Amino acid sequence: MSSVLTQNFFELFSLPVRYALDRAALDSRYRELQRSVHPDRFARAGDQERRVAMQHATHINEAYQTLKDPLKRARYLLELRGRAIDDQQTVQADPGFLMQQMDLRERLGEVREQDDPLAALDSLAREIGSLYKALETELASALDNEAQDTEQAVALVQKMQFFTRLQQEAQELEADLEDELL
Amino acid sequence: MALLTISEPGQSTAPHQHRLAAGIDLGTTNSLVASVRNGVAETLPDADGRHRLPSVVHYRADGSVDVGEAAREQAADDPLNTIVSVKRFMGRGVDDVKRLGTELPYEFVGGESGMPLIRTVAGDKSPVQVSADILAALRQRAEQTLGGELTGVVITVPAYFDDAQRQATKDAGKLAGLNVMRLLNEPTAAAVAYGLDQQDSDGVIVVYDLGGGTFDVSVLRLNQGVFEVLATAGDTALGGDDMDRLIAEWLMREAGIQGSPDHGLQRRLLQTACRAKEALTEAEETSIELTLEDGRDWRGTLTRARLDEIIEPLVKKTLAPCRRALRDAGIDRGDIGEVVMVGGSTRVPRVRAAVGEFFGREPLVDIDPDKVVAVGAAIQADILAGNKPDDEMLLLDVIPLSLGIETMGGLTEKIIPRNTTIPVTRGQEFTTFKDGQTAMALHVVQGERELVEDCRSLARFELRDIPPMAAGAARILVSFQVDADGLVSVTAREETSGVQAHIEVKPSYGLTDQEVENMLRDSMEHAKDDMEARRLREQQVEADRVLEAIQAALAADGDEFLDADERAAIDAAVEALRAARGGTDHRAIKQAIENLESVATAYVDRRMNANIRKAMTGHAVDEFK
Repeated sequence: MSSVLTQNFFELFSLPVRYALDRAALDSRYRELQRSVHPDRFARAGDQERRVAMQHATHINEAYQTLKDPLKRARYLLELRGRAIDDQQTVQADPGFLMQQMDLRERLGEVREQDDPLAALDSLAREIGSLYKALETELASALDNEAQDTEQAVALVQKMQFFTRLQQEAQELEADLEDELL
Repeated sequence: MALLTISEPGQSTAPHQHRLAAGIDLGTTNSLVASVRNGVAETLPDADGRHRLPSVVHYRADGSVDVGEAAREQAADDPLNTIVSVKRFMGRGVDDVKRLGTELPYEFVGGESGMPLIRTVAGDKSPVQVSADILAALRQRAEQTLGGELTGVVITVPAYFDDAQRQATKDAGKLAGLNVMRLLNEPTAAAVAYGLDQQDSDGVIVVYDLGGGTFDVSVLRLNQGVFEVLATAGDTALGGDDMDRLIAEWLMREAGIQGSPDHGLQRRLLQTACRAKEALTEAEETSIELTLEDGRDWRGTLTRARLDEIIEPLVKKTLAPCRRALRDAGIDRGDIGEVVMVGGSTRVPRVRAAVGEFFGREPLVDIDPDKVVAVGAAIQADILAGNKPDDEMLLLDVIPLSLGIETMGGLTEKIIPRNTTIPVTRGQEFTTFKDGQTAMALHVVQGERELVEDCRSLARFELRDIPPMAAGAARILVSFQVDADGLVSVTAREETSGVQAHIEVKPSYGLTDQEVENMLRDSMEHAKDDMEARRLREQQVEADRVLEAIQAALAADGDEFLDADERAAIDAAVEALRAARGGTDHRAIKQAIENLESVATAYVDRRMNANIRKAMTGHAVDEFK
């Protein structure tokens, strides 16, 4: 009997190995799994059993975090297909995409100078969100289609990573602005 | 009991024995102990019927200690030896404590491990020792009321406590002779108290917890008994005490007090401020009388409207963490089901109004905001002690502050981001930068800021015995583990050679294990107890726990998972442990436990795997396309 610790994350949750995800099933199975292994369920057991419980609970948390996040899930799926993405490697993106990134970044930098910075940031964040969403749709089809266009998927993941960084910066700016203005 | 999926109690010695367990709210201003009795969780009063124990400890030259009301009565006459609000110093360094405010009357001296000690006539006391004295008083109260020794306790901490503050709290429990089954976040405890109260409360709950000295806000999702903390934020140095201070400053201006008042007047100012604040919960205005340094009496009036103005900056300061927690949780204000109020400071009408306005709904105040945390902790303690075998409740918490390490140039590199569900493990690979390098220093910090100096320093580690290699050839994997209590531990291994690197842990503001041990020893000598006897007792308790667990397991599925040889080996190890348990040698018991654990390793793994599979049955195969 193989250990669940070596099972792939999709199998652990009894989910099909693909990008499209039944989020409700993932969430409810996560809770069921934690209910069966969380260290709190072993508070009366010996040290060894509690250690093993903690190891499993940790593993299930890791699996859940990976599958829940669209980018992490995509990277994990690519890894299972033998195409792990190396973050050190320089990314080849098309000039159009880079121009778009520069433009968005520039506008993010100018948010503070707007009359209503929070509203300006909100509309920019929405624009970034919809561009991201479009990439995700492309990614889903690249990963789940019969043809499984791995290289296209890798390129899309790399593009999406630009966007997540941008989103993070937008969030940090929002936090700063709120603390300053409200 | 909580062990796996057992329905039969096995052959344990006392299968239906109710184990005494308690929940402790170790607060800045007041502390409480609660327990589940006859199915109801309630706080336990002292002999005089008082539930709240003021978190005040008074030390006398003869070594005797007053805790609670008796200690508070000494505060005015003997301020230097009467320690209040010690929670604010837990897990803090000397510099942090100084930054907390110059109003503190105590004399602080730097301890060996950077932990501040408070100079008293009974000697220098660490915040851990002072807290342990409070916990010991609560333990005594619980054991007297419940009529027996406590199996274990759950102690609550602000969700926003960092590792050093949590560790200090756990050490205090240990020092008070308690078996701390779990450190539970205060807002989570409050949600438990409310969640189990209202059966149909599945949904998003916000807990706004403004206590005496700390502010926390947590966003949780409750789903069929599983409490999942989505995000938490707060400020460990913000609370009702700060309101008192602002009111006291206003009083000083009104009464024309110049310069810095002496300790006695300082106390009176703060007490008067606190009383006025409390009176204004009901009244629209309150009259104030204050005896000045020269013996003159000053009289004045404080109105609710003026109070609202005075405390407005503090109320506003609590809303920034609220916004951050919602953002981190990815929750819109419209998605919130309930807002729960916790902590005595939420009685202040302006606070309630501001929270109601911000979240767009009337906050829940049904359960006494002072007791709700202890009540929730008692419910969790009861379950962890094994008194509710069928209970489905589970708490999934998060790490409140990002965990990172110092990199070149004093910058922080985050290893585990804040609000990651715990327990969690993350590894990070490092390499050597010099030929033949055999050691490496690591600095672990907690916090959100870029610069290391703006974060909390948790510990410095030194990795030694790295095999000498060319620069960049060694691959050192450092693993950070955060357990269900939010406590951090670190291990390191050189990957190419498999050498486990030696780690020296030096907590920045905490106690080393040796220091805790020494303090325990000291307190033992004081109580004419014996360290050996304590060790024996500890090992006996652990042996009983292991025996009970393995017997129940074997009865449930021993035949299913073990062949005859494996079963015989485990049975032999069980017998050996039982024999050792009957003796008086704690080392022999420890060894017998380790032996049984090693023999049963495969069995424990198989059961855990089976457990997981069982949880997933009914979902499999057909869902694969």
